[in-house]
Amino acid sequence: MNAPGRGRILFTALMALVLTALPLPPWLDVLRPAFLVLAVLYWSVNAPRTGDIALGFFAGLMLDVFQGPVLGQHALALTLVTYIAVREHQRIRSKPAFQQALIVFGALAVYEFVLFAIDGWSGHPVTSPLRWVHTVTGALIWPLVAAILAHGSRGRA
Amino acid sequence: MAAFGTAAGRPLQGRGGSAGFRFALYATLAVVVMYLDQRQHYLEWVRYVLQATAYPVQLAVNSPPAAWAWIRQTFENRERLQAENARLRAGQRDLELRSLGYEALARENAELRGLRAALPPIAERWLAAEIVNIQLSSLRQRLLINRGAVNGVFKAQAVLDARGLIGQTTHVGPWSAEVILITDPEHAVPVRIERTGLRTIAVGAADATSLALPYLPANADIKSGDLLVTSGLGGVFPQGYPVARVTVVHRDAVQPLAHVRAEPLAHIDTDSEVMLVWFHADHPAAPTRAGDSLGELKSGNRSMQPQAAPPRPQAAAPEPPAAAPQPAPPRPQSAVPRKRPAEPQPAEPEAAAPQPQPDAAQPAAPQPEAAQPAVPQPDAASQSKEDQ
Repeated sequence: MNAPGRGRILFTALMALVLTALPLPPWLDVLRPAFLVLAVLYWSVNAPRTGDIALGFFAGLMLDVFQGPVLGQHALALTLVTYIAVREHQRIRSKPAFQQALIVFGALAVYEFVLFAIDGWSGHPVTSPLRWVHTVTGALIWPLVAAILAHGSRGRA
Repeated sequence: MAAFGTAAGRPLQGRGGSAGFRFALYATLAVVVMYLDQRQHYLEWVRYVLQATAYPVQLAVNSPPAAWAWIRQTFENRERLQAENARLRAGQRDLELRSLGYEALARENAELRGLRAALPPIAERWLAAEIVNIQLSSLRQRLLINRGAVNGVFKAQAVLDARGLIGQTTHVGPWSAEVILITDPEHAVPVRIERTGLRTIAVGAADATSLALPYLPANADIKSGDLLVTSGLGGVFPQGYPVARVTVVHRDAVQPLAHVRAEPLAHIDTDSEVMLVWFHADHPAAPTRAGDSLGELKSGNRSMQPQAAPPRPQAAAPEPPAAAPQPAPPRPQSAVPRKRPAEPQPAEPEAAAPQPQPDAAQPAAPQPEAAQPAVPQPDAASQSKEDQ
Protein backbone atom coordinates (compact mmCIF):
# COMPACT_ATOMS: atom_id res chain seq x y z
CA MET A 1 0.00 0.00 0.00
CA ASN A 2 1.83 3.00 -1.22
CA ALA A 3 -0.69 5.79 -1.26
CA PRO A 4 -1.29 6.97 2.27
CA GLY A 5 -4.84 7.38 3.41
CA ARG A 6 -6.77 10.58 3.26
CA GLY A 7 -7.10 10.71 7.04
CA ARG A 8 -3.37 10.54 7.43
CA ILE A 9 -2.82 13.44 5.08
CA LEU A 10 -5.44 15.52 6.84
CA PHE A 11 -3.90 14.70 10.19
CA THR A 12 -0.43 15.82 9.13
CA ALA A 13 -1.91 18.96 7.58
CA LEU A 14 -3.67 19.72 10.84
CA MET A 15 -0.45 19.22 12.79
CA ALA A 16 1.31 21.53 10.37
CA LEU A 17 -1.40 24.12 10.90
CA VAL A 18 -0.95 23.86 14.66
CA LEU A 19 2.80 24.34 14.23
CA THR A 20 2.08 27.38 12.08
CA ALA A 21 -0.09 28.95 14.74
CA LEU A 22 2.06 28.06 17.74
CA PRO A 23 3.09 31.21 19.56
CA LEU A 24 6.82 31.79 19.37
CA PRO A 25 9.12 34.63 20.37
CA PRO A 26 9.43 37.15 17.54
CA TRP A 27 12.95 36.27 16.42
CA LEU A 28 12.07 32.59 16.24
CA ASP A 29 8.82 33.38 14.53
CA VAL A 30 10.64 35.04 11.67
CA LEU A 31 12.60 31.85 11.14
CA ARG A 32 9.57 29.61 11.32
CA PRO A 33 9.11 27.70 8.08
CA ALA A 34 5.69 27.51 6.51
CA PHE A 35 4.97 24.02 7.82
CA LEU A 36 1.61 23.67 6.17
CA VAL A 37 3.06 24.58 2.78
CA LEU A 38 5.82 22.04 3.27
CA ALA A 39 3.37 19.32 4.24
CA VAL A 40 1.12 20.07 1.28
CA LEU A 41 4.16 20.09 -1.00
CA TYR A 42 5.28 16.74 0.33
CA TRP A 43 1.90 15.13 -0.22
CA SER A 44 1.43 16.58 -3.66
CA VAL A 45 4.80 15.21 -4.70
CA ASN A 46 4.53 11.83 -3.00
CA ALA A 47 0.82 11.15 -3.12
CA PRO A 48 -0.38 13.28 -6.00
CA ARG A 49 -3.59 11.31 -6.29
CA THR A 50 -4.80 11.90 -2.75
CA GLY A 51 -2.93 15.04 -1.86
CA ASP A 52 -4.38 16.97 -4.68
CA ILE A 53 -4.75 20.55 -5.77
CA ALA A 54 -7.90 20.56 -3.65
CA LEU A 55 -5.72 19.94 -0.61
CA GLY A 56 -3.64 22.97 -1.52
CA PHE A 57 -6.71 25.09 -2.01
CA PHE A 58 -8.37 24.24 1.27
CA ALA A 59 -5.15 24.37 3.25
CA GLY A 60 -4.60 27.81 1.79
CA LEU A 61 -8.10 28.86 2.73
CA MET A 62 -7.40 27.80 6.31
CA LEU A 63 -4.20 29.83 6.29
CA ASP A 64 -6.23 32.77 5.04
CA VAL A 65 -8.48 32.58 8.05
CA PHE A 66 -5.46 32.50 10.32
CA GLN A 67 -3.29 35.15 8.79
CA GLY A 68 -4.62 36.52 5.54
CA PRO A 69 -5.91 40.00 5.09
CA VAL A 70 -7.78 38.82 1.99
CA LEU A 71 -9.66 35.56 1.80
CA GLY A 72 -8.30 33.45 -1.04
CA GLN A 73 -4.78 34.85 -0.99
CA HIS A 74 -2.99 31.85 0.46
CA ALA A 75 -5.44 29.61 -1.36
CA LEU A 76 -4.31 30.93 -4.72
CA ALA A 77 -0.62 30.78 -3.84
CA LEU A 78 -0.88 27.27 -2.49
CA THR A 79 -3.00 26.11 -5.42
CA LEU A 80 -0.30 27.28 -7.79
CA VAL A 81 2.47 25.61 -5.83
CA THR A 82 0.50 22.39 -5.53
CA TYR A 83 -0.17 22.39 -9.25
CA ILE A 84 3.52 22.70 -10.05
CA ALA A 85 4.35 19.96 -7.57
CA VAL A 86 1.67 17.59 -8.86
CA ARG A 87 2.68 18.19 -12.47
CA GLU A 88 6.35 17.61 -11.82
CA HIS A 89 6.01 15.07 -9.05
CA GLN A 90 7.86 12.30 -10.88
CA ARG A 91 10.81 14.50 -11.66
CA ILE A 92 10.94 15.97 -8.17
CA ARG A 93 10.58 12.62 -6.49
CA SER A 94 13.51 11.08 -8.28
CA LYS A 95 15.89 13.85 -7.23
CA PRO A 96 18.26 13.50 -4.26
CA ALA A 97 17.39 15.35 -1.09
CA PHE A 98 19.68 18.28 -1.77
CA GLN A 99 18.14 19.02 -5.14
CA GLN A 100 14.71 18.51 -3.70
CA ALA A 101 15.49 21.18 -1.13
CA LEU A 102 16.48 23.54 -3.91
CA ILE A 103 13.21 22.88 -5.71
CA VAL A 104 11.32 23.44 -2.48
CA PHE A 105 13.13 26.73 -2.07
CA GLY A 106 11.95 27.74 -5.52
CA ALA A 107 8.40 26.67 -4.77
CA LEU A 108 8.38 28.60 -1.47
CA ALA A 109 9.74 31.65 -3.26
CA VAL A 110 6.93 31.42 -5.82
CA TYR A 111 4.45 31.01 -2.99
CA GLU A 112 5.76 34.00 -1.10
CA PHE A 113 5.90 36.09 -4.23
CA VAL A 114 2.24 35.43 -4.96
CA LEU A 115 1.41 36.46 -1.39
CA PHE A 116 3.59 39.53 -1.71
CA ALA A 117 1.94 40.55 -4.98
CA ILE A 118 -1.56 40.08 -3.61
CA ASP A 119 -0.64 41.95 -0.44
CA GLY A 120 0.43 44.88 -2.52
CA TRP A 121 -2.47 44.69 -4.91
CA SER A 122 -5.05 44.56 -2.15
CA GLY A 123 -3.56 47.45 -0.23
CA HIS A 124 -2.01 45.62 2.71
CA PRO A 125 1.64 45.82 1.73
CA VAL A 126 4.25 44.27 3.99
CA THR A 127 7.55 45.23 2.49
CA SER A 128 9.78 43.96 5.27
CA PRO A 129 12.46 41.65 3.85
CA LEU A 130 11.88 39.38 6.84
CA ARG A 131 8.93 37.85 5.06
CA TRP A 132 11.30 36.02 2.72
CA VAL A 133 13.31 34.37 5.49
CA HIS A 134 11.00 31.39 5.77
CA THR A 135 11.74 30.31 2.19
CA VAL A 136 15.32 29.59 3.22
CA THR A 137 14.50 27.90 6.51
CA GLY A 138 11.77 25.91 4.78
CA ALA A 139 14.23 24.58 2.23
CA LEU A 140 16.73 23.77 4.98
CA ILE A 141 14.21 21.85 7.02
CA TRP A 142 12.74 20.05 3.99
CA PRO A 143 14.81 16.84 4.30
CA LEU A 144 13.71 16.52 7.92
CA VAL A 145 10.04 17.13 7.10
CA ALA A 146 10.20 14.67 4.23
CA ALA A 147 11.86 12.05 6.43
CA ILE A 148 9.24 12.44 9.16
CA LEU A 149 6.32 12.23 6.78
CA ALA A 150 7.88 9.34 4.84
CA HIS A 151 8.72 7.43 8.01
CA GLY A 152 5.12 7.54 9.10
CA SER A 153 3.78 6.19 5.86
CA ARG A 154 6.35 3.41 5.60
CA GLY A 155 5.62 2.29 9.10
CA ARG A 156 1.98 2.06 8.18
CA ALA A 157 2.53 0.16 4.98
CA MET B 1 10.83 7.91 -1.32
CA ALA B 2 11.49 5.06 -3.67
CA ALA B 3 8.67 3.26 -1.96
CA PHE B 4 6.18 5.39 -3.86
CA GLY B 5 7.68 4.63 -7.22
CA THR B 6 4.95 2.36 -8.49
CA ALA B 7 2.15 4.82 -8.01
CA ALA B 8 3.82 7.23 -10.34
CA GLY B 9 3.68 4.94 -13.35
CA ARG B 10 0.04 5.56 -14.14
CA PRO B 11 -1.08 8.82 -15.66
CA LEU B 12 -2.75 11.21 -13.32
CA GLN B 13 -6.26 11.16 -14.69
CA GLY B 14 -7.92 11.29 -11.32
CA ARG B 15 -11.27 12.65 -10.42
CA GLY B 16 -12.29 15.90 -12.02
CA GLY B 17 -10.09 15.93 -15.08
CA SER B 18 -6.42 16.65 -15.53
CA ALA B 19 -4.20 18.49 -13.09
CA GLY B 20 -4.18 21.54 -15.34
CA PHE B 21 -7.95 21.66 -15.44
CA ARG B 22 -8.27 21.33 -11.70
CA PHE B 23 -5.61 23.97 -11.20
CA ALA B 24 -7.52 26.37 -13.42
CA LEU B 25 -10.69 25.58 -11.52
CA TYR B 26 -9.25 26.18 -8.07
CA ALA B 27 -7.21 29.17 -9.11
CA THR B 28 -10.30 30.80 -10.58
CA LEU B 29 -12.19 29.99 -7.43
CA ALA B 30 -9.46 31.57 -5.34
CA VAL B 31 -9.43 34.69 -7.47
CA VAL B 32 -13.20 34.99 -7.32
CA VAL B 33 -13.10 34.55 -3.54
CA MET B 34 -10.44 37.22 -3.30
CA TYR B 35 -12.36 39.61 -5.48
CA LEU B 36 -15.57 39.12 -3.56
CA ASP B 37 -13.84 39.50 -0.22
CA GLN B 38 -11.86 42.52 -1.23
CA ARG B 39 -14.24 44.53 -3.33
CA GLN B 40 -17.72 43.46 -2.46
CA HIS B 41 -17.59 42.26 1.14
CA TYR B 42 -19.98 39.49 0.25
CA LEU B 43 -17.95 36.90 2.02
CA GLU B 44 -18.39 37.98 5.60
CA TRP B 45 -20.46 34.89 6.28
CA VAL B 46 -17.90 32.60 4.64
CA ARG B 47 -15.25 34.06 6.86
CA TYR B 48 -17.58 33.69 9.79
CA VAL B 49 -18.01 29.98 9.10
CA LEU B 50 -14.32 29.46 8.45
CA GLN B 51 -13.41 31.30 11.61
CA ALA B 52 -15.74 29.00 13.51
CA THR B 53 -14.03 25.93 12.05
CA ALA B 54 -10.61 27.33 12.79
CA TYR B 55 -11.41 28.12 16.39
CA PRO B 56 -10.96 24.56 17.74
CA VAL B 57 -7.49 24.43 16.22
CA GLN B 58 -6.69 27.79 17.71
CA LEU B 59 -7.94 26.69 21.09
CA ALA B 60 -5.85 23.54 20.85
CA VAL B 61 -2.76 25.60 20.16
CA ASN B 62 -3.64 27.84 23.05
CA SER B 63 -4.20 24.99 25.48
CA PRO B 64 -0.63 24.30 26.69
CA PRO B 65 0.02 27.90 27.78
CA ALA B 66 -3.49 28.09 29.19
CA ALA B 67 -2.98 24.87 31.13
CA TRP B 68 0.32 26.14 32.46
CA ALA B 69 -1.29 29.37 33.59
CA TRP B 70 -4.07 27.42 35.26
CA ILE B 71 -1.62 25.18 37.11
CA ARG B 72 0.38 28.15 38.28
CA GLN B 73 -2.74 29.87 39.47
CA THR B 74 -3.96 26.79 41.29
CA PHE B 75 -0.76 26.32 43.22
CA GLU B 76 -0.21 29.92 44.04
CA ASN B 77 0.39 30.17 47.72
CA ARG B 78 -1.73 31.82 50.30
CA GLU B 79 0.61 34.65 51.21
CA ARG B 80 0.93 35.82 47.69
CA LEU B 81 -2.82 35.81 47.24
CA GLN B 82 -3.28 37.77 50.41
CA ALA B 83 -0.69 40.29 49.37
CA GLU B 84 -2.34 40.64 46.00
CA ASN B 85 -5.72 41.01 47.65
CA ALA B 86 -4.42 43.80 49.86
CA ARG B 87 -2.85 45.52 46.91
CA LEU B 88 -6.05 45.31 44.89
CA ARG B 89 -8.06 46.61 47.83
CA ALA B 90 -5.77 49.58 48.15
CA GLY B 91 -5.95 50.17 44.44
CA GLN B 92 -9.71 50.05 44.49
CA ARG B 93 -9.92 52.52 47.35
CA ASP B 94 -7.66 54.81 45.44
CA LEU B 95 -9.80 54.54 42.34
CA GLU B 96 -12.98 55.10 44.29
CA LEU B 97 -11.58 58.26 45.81
CA ARG B 98 -10.50 59.42 42.43
CA SER B 99 -13.85 58.63 40.88
CA LEU B 100 -15.56 60.76 43.52
CA GLY B 101 -13.68 63.69 42.18
CA TYR B 102 -14.35 62.57 38.67
CA GLU B 103 -18.09 62.59 39.12
CA ALA B 104 -18.08 66.09 40.44
CA LEU B 105 -15.90 67.13 37.56
CA ALA B 106 -18.08 65.41 35.01
CA ARG B 107 -21.14 67.14 36.35
CA GLU B 108 -19.42 70.47 36.34
CA ASN B 109 -18.21 69.84 32.85
CA ALA B 110 -21.69 68.92 31.69
CA GLU B 111 -23.10 72.08 33.19
CA LEU B 112 -20.41 74.15 31.60
CA ARG B 113 -21.23 72.65 28.27
CA GLY B 114 -24.82 73.62 28.67
CA LEU B 115 -26.30 70.18 28.91
CA ARG B 116 -29.43 70.00 30.92
CA ALA B 117 -28.70 66.90 32.94
CA ALA B 118 -25.59 65.17 34.04
CA LEU B 119 -24.58 62.62 31.48
CA PRO B 120 -24.43 58.91 32.03
CA PRO B 121 -20.98 57.40 31.65
CA ILE B 122 -20.14 56.87 28.04
CA ALA B 123 -19.31 53.21 28.35
CA GLU B 124 -22.54 51.30 28.48
CA ARG B 125 -21.14 47.82 28.95
CA TRP B 126 -17.79 46.15 29.34
CA LEU B 127 -16.82 42.66 28.46
CA ALA B 128 -13.53 41.12 29.41
CA ALA B 129 -12.01 38.93 26.73
CA GLU B 130 -9.02 36.69 26.99
CA ILE B 131 -6.32 36.77 24.40
CA VAL B 132 -6.02 33.40 22.69
CA ASN B 133 -2.33 32.81 22.70
CA ILE B 134 -1.63 31.98 19.10
CA GLN B 135 0.45 33.46 16.35
CA LEU B 136 -1.78 34.85 13.66
CA SER B 137 0.78 36.44 11.42
CA SER B 138 4.26 37.55 12.20
CA LEU B 139 4.06 40.37 9.70
CA ARG B 140 0.98 42.02 11.08
CA GLN B 141 -0.05 43.12 14.52
CA ARG B 142 -3.12 41.05 15.20
CA LEU B 143 -4.64 39.30 18.17
CA LEU B 144 -7.29 36.68 18.60
CA ILE B 145 -9.69 37.04 21.51
CA ASN B 146 -12.11 34.49 22.85
CA ARG B 147 -15.27 36.51 22.41
CA GLY B 148 -17.31 36.64 19.27
CA ALA B 149 -20.69 37.28 17.77
CA VAL B 150 -22.49 35.17 20.38
CA ASN B 151 -21.25 37.66 22.97
CA GLY B 152 -22.50 40.56 20.89
CA VAL B 153 -19.11 41.56 19.57
CA PHE B 154 -19.36 43.49 16.33
CA LYS B 155 -16.92 44.52 13.68
CA ALA B 156 -14.89 47.64 14.36
CA GLN B 157 -15.50 47.54 18.09
CA ALA B 158 -13.09 49.37 20.35
CA VAL B 159 -10.74 47.18 22.41
CA LEU B 160 -9.04 48.65 25.46
CA ASP B 161 -7.05 47.58 28.43
CA ALA B 162 -6.86 49.28 31.80
CA ARG B 163 -4.23 51.74 30.57
CA GLY B 164 -5.28 52.68 27.11
CA LEU B 165 -6.39 51.78 23.67
CA ILE B 166 -5.38 48.45 22.15
CA GLY B 167 -7.15 48.30 18.84
CA GLN B 168 -10.39 47.29 17.19
CA THR B 169 -12.01 44.11 15.99
CA THR B 170 -11.61 43.30 12.32
CA HIS B 171 -13.10 39.86 11.78
CA VAL B 172 -15.73 38.52 14.11
CA GLY B 173 -16.41 34.82 14.29
CA PRO B 174 -19.05 33.19 16.43
CA TRP B 175 -16.77 32.55 19.39
CA SER B 176 -13.69 34.50 18.54
CA ALA B 177 -12.70 37.79 17.03
CA GLU B 178 -9.58 39.09 15.41
CA VAL B 179 -8.27 42.38 16.73
CA ILE B 180 -6.05 44.71 14.76
CA LEU B 181 -3.72 46.55 17.10
CA ILE B 182 -3.11 50.25 16.93
CA THR B 183 0.54 49.45 16.24
CA ASP B 184 -0.27 47.64 12.99
CA PRO B 185 1.01 49.64 10.03
CA GLU B 186 -2.43 49.39 8.47
CA HIS B 187 -4.16 50.90 11.44
CA ALA B 188 -4.65 54.56 12.18
CA VAL B 189 -6.24 56.24 15.17
CA PRO B 190 -7.55 59.78 15.09
CA VAL B 191 -5.97 61.37 18.14
CA ARG B 192 -5.81 64.66 19.92
CA ILE B 193 -2.81 66.00 21.75
CA GLU B 194 -4.18 66.45 25.19
CA ARG B 195 -2.07 69.47 26.13
CA THR B 196 -2.92 71.56 23.09
CA GLY B 197 -6.05 70.03 21.61
CA LEU B 198 -4.28 69.64 18.28
CA ARG B 199 -5.78 66.83 16.23
CA THR B 200 -3.89 64.42 14.07
CA ILE B 201 -3.68 60.77 13.09
CA ALA B 202 -1.53 58.16 14.79
CA VAL B 203 -0.66 55.27 12.52
CA GLY B 204 1.12 52.09 13.45
CA ALA B 205 4.83 52.25 12.81
CA ALA B 206 6.83 49.43 11.36
CA ASP B 207 7.82 48.02 14.73
CA ALA B 208 5.45 46.59 17.27
CA THR B 209 5.96 49.08 20.02
CA SER B 210 5.48 52.51 18.57
CA LEU B 211 3.08 54.75 16.74
CA ALA B 212 4.00 57.35 14.17
CA LEU B 213 2.36 60.72 13.76
CA PRO B 214 3.20 61.41 10.14
CA TYR B 215 0.86 64.33 9.45
CA LEU B 216 2.18 66.95 11.82
CA PRO B 217 3.87 70.00 10.34
CA ALA B 218 7.34 70.81 11.59
CA ASN B 219 6.07 73.81 13.50
CA ALA B 220 3.34 71.91 15.32
CA ASP B 221 3.19 72.40 19.05
CA ILE B 222 4.16 68.96 20.27
CA LYS B 223 6.90 67.77 22.55
CA SER B 224 8.13 64.59 24.09
CA GLY B 225 5.90 63.45 26.93
CA ASP B 226 2.67 64.77 25.46
CA LEU B 227 -0.31 62.52 26.01
CA LEU B 228 -2.35 61.48 22.99
CA VAL B 229 -6.02 60.74 23.54
CA THR B 230 -8.61 59.60 21.05
CA SER B 231 -10.28 62.51 19.34
CA GLY B 232 -13.56 60.73 18.71
CA LEU B 233 -13.34 61.17 14.97
CA GLY B 234 -13.38 58.25 12.62
CA GLY B 235 -16.41 56.50 13.99
CA VAL B 236 -14.81 53.75 16.03
CA PHE B 237 -13.26 55.06 19.19
CA PRO B 238 -14.99 57.38 21.62
CA GLN B 239 -13.41 60.59 22.58
CA GLY B 240 -10.91 61.05 25.35
CA TYR B 241 -9.41 57.62 25.86
CA PRO B 242 -5.64 57.61 26.34
CA VAL B 243 -3.70 56.15 23.44
CA ALA B 244 0.00 56.86 23.67
CA ARG B 245 2.69 59.13 24.98
CA VAL B 246 5.00 61.00 22.64
CA THR B 247 8.56 59.75 22.92
CA VAL B 248 10.44 61.29 20.02
CA VAL B 249 9.96 64.60 18.28
CA HIS B 250 12.48 65.27 15.59
CA ARG B 251 12.37 68.41 13.50
CA ASP B 252 14.48 68.67 10.42
CA ALA B 253 14.97 72.11 8.97
CA VAL B 254 14.45 70.96 5.41
CA GLN B 255 11.50 68.69 6.09
CA PRO B 256 8.02 70.18 6.11
CA LEU B 257 6.73 67.51 8.47
CA ALA B 258 7.93 66.66 11.95
CA HIS B 259 9.08 63.16 12.72
CA VAL B 260 7.08 62.12 15.77
CA ARG B 261 6.96 58.76 17.48
CA ALA B 262 4.77 57.76 20.39
CA GLU B 263 4.64 54.76 22.66
CA PRO B 264 1.27 53.11 23.29
CA LEU B 265 0.09 53.25 26.88
CA ALA B 266 -1.59 49.86 26.73
CA HIS B 267 0.70 47.00 27.63
CA ILE B 268 -0.12 45.11 24.49
CA ASP B 269 2.61 42.52 24.76
CA THR B 270 2.01 41.59 28.40
CA ASP B 271 -1.76 41.73 28.60
CA SER B 272 -3.62 38.49 28.85
CA GLU B 273 -7.01 40.11 29.06
CA VAL B 274 -8.56 42.96 27.16
CA MET B 275 -11.80 44.85 27.39
CA LEU B 276 -14.45 45.16 24.74
CA VAL B 277 -16.56 48.26 25.15
CA TRP B 278 -20.07 49.16 24.12
CA PHE B 279 -20.87 52.84 24.15
CA HIS B 280 -24.06 54.72 24.59
CA ALA B 281 -24.90 55.59 21.04
CA ASP B 282 -26.55 58.86 22.01
CA HIS B 283 -23.76 60.07 24.22
CA PRO B 284 -22.13 63.20 22.85
CA ALA B 285 -18.67 61.69 23.08
CA ALA B 286 -19.62 58.36 21.55
CA PRO B 287 -18.45 57.37 18.11
CA THR B 288 -21.06 56.87 15.45
CA ARG B 289 -21.59 53.21 14.89
CA ALA B 290 -19.80 52.50 11.69
CA GLY B 291 -22.33 49.84 10.80
CA ASP B 292 -25.28 52.17 11.19
CA SER B 293 -24.14 55.10 9.21
CA LEU B 294 -21.96 53.33 6.69
CA GLY B 295 -24.14 50.37 5.93
CA GLU B 296 -24.67 51.43 2.38
CA LEU B 297 -21.00 51.83 1.60
CA LYS B 298 -19.63 48.82 -0.11
CA SER B 299 -16.34 50.06 -1.40
CA GLY B 300 -13.77 52.73 -0.91
CA ASN B 301 -12.01 53.71 2.21
CA ARG B 302 -14.61 53.86 4.92
CA SER B 303 -12.96 56.66 6.75
CA MET B 304 -12.78 58.79 3.69
CA GLN B 305 -16.43 58.40 2.96
CA PRO B 306 -19.03 60.81 4.17
CA GLN B 307 -19.83 59.37 7.53
CA ALA B 308 -23.27 60.83 7.84
CA ALA B 309 -22.07 63.80 9.78
CA PRO B 310 -24.90 64.70 12.07
CA PRO B 311 -25.60 68.35 11.51
CA ARG B 312 -25.30 70.59 14.45
CA PRO B 313 -28.70 71.76 15.52
CA GLN B 314 -28.14 75.38 14.65
CA ALA B 315 -25.48 75.06 12.06
CA ALA B 316 -27.43 73.00 9.60
CA ALA B 317 -29.67 75.75 8.35
CA PRO B 318 -27.23 78.60 7.79
CA GLU B 319 -24.47 76.46 6.39
CA PRO B 320 -25.86 73.55 4.40
CA PRO B 321 -22.70 72.69 2.45
CA ALA B 322 -20.90 72.14 5.69
CA ALA B 323 -22.98 69.13 6.60
CA ALA B 324 -23.08 67.76 3.09
CA PRO B 325 -21.11 64.59 2.55
CA GLN B 326 -17.67 65.15 1.28
CA PRO B 327 -17.08 63.09 -1.83
CA ALA B 328 -14.15 60.84 -1.34
CA PRO B 329 -12.08 59.32 -4.10
CA PRO B 330 -12.41 55.56 -4.12
CA ARG B 331 -9.18 53.91 -3.19
CA PRO B 332 -8.00 50.35 -3.20
CA GLN B 333 -10.18 48.91 -0.57
CA SER B 334 -8.92 47.27 2.53
CA ALA B 335 -10.85 44.78 4.54
CA VAL B 336 -9.58 46.48 7.62
CA PRO B 337 -11.13 49.80 8.28
CA ARG B 338 -8.29 52.19 7.71
CA LYS B 339 -9.03 55.52 9.05
CA ARG B 340 -6.71 57.79 7.24
CA PRO B 341 -8.53 60.89 6.19
CA ALA B 342 -7.82 62.65 2.97
CA GLU B 343 -5.89 65.34 4.74
CA PRO B 344 -5.32 66.03 8.37
CA GLN B 345 -7.14 68.97 9.78
CA PRO B 346 -4.86 69.97 12.54
CA ALA B 347 -6.25 73.11 14.04
CA GLU B 348 -9.86 72.78 14.95
CA PRO B 349 -11.95 73.82 17.86
CA GLU B 350 -13.25 71.29 20.34
CA ALA B 351 -15.73 69.01 18.68
CA ALA B 352 -17.91 67.59 21.38
CA ALA B 353 -19.13 70.85 22.73
CA PRO B 354 -22.36 71.82 21.03
CA GLN B 355 -21.46 75.32 20.22
CA PRO B 356 -24.30 77.69 19.48
CA GLN B 357 -22.28 79.58 16.90
CA PRO B 358 -19.77 77.13 15.49
CA ASP B 359 -19.33 79.04 12.26
CA ALA B 360 -17.69 82.01 13.87
CA ALA B 361 -14.66 79.97 14.78
CA GLN B 362 -14.09 78.47 11.35
CA PRO B 363 -15.42 80.71 8.66
CA ALA B 364 -13.23 79.65 5.77
CA ALA B 365 -13.09 75.95 6.29
CA PRO B 366 -15.93 73.82 5.07
CA GLN B 367 -13.98 70.58 5.36
CA PRO B 368 -13.64 70.42 9.11
CA GLU B 369 -17.35 69.85 9.39
CA ALA B 370 -17.24 66.87 7.10
CA ALA B 371 -14.00 65.63 8.50
CA GLN B 372 -15.22 65.40 12.04
CA PRO B 373 -18.22 63.21 11.56
CA ALA B 374 -17.67 60.85 14.38
CA VAL B 375 -18.84 63.05 17.16
CA PRO B 376 -22.56 62.96 17.22
CA GLN B 377 -24.22 65.91 18.73
CA PRO B 378 -26.63 65.42 21.59
CA ASP B 379 -29.52 65.78 19.23
CA ALA B 380 -29.78 62.11 18.45
CA ALA B 381 -33.23 62.42 16.97
CA SER B 382 -32.10 64.68 14.20
CA GLN B 383 -29.24 62.34 13.48
CA SER B 384 -31.43 59.33 12.97
CA LYS B 385 -33.70 61.35 10.77
CA GLU B 386 -30.72 62.33 8.73
CA ASP B 387 -29.65 58.74 8.32
CA GLN B 388 -33.01 57.64 7.03
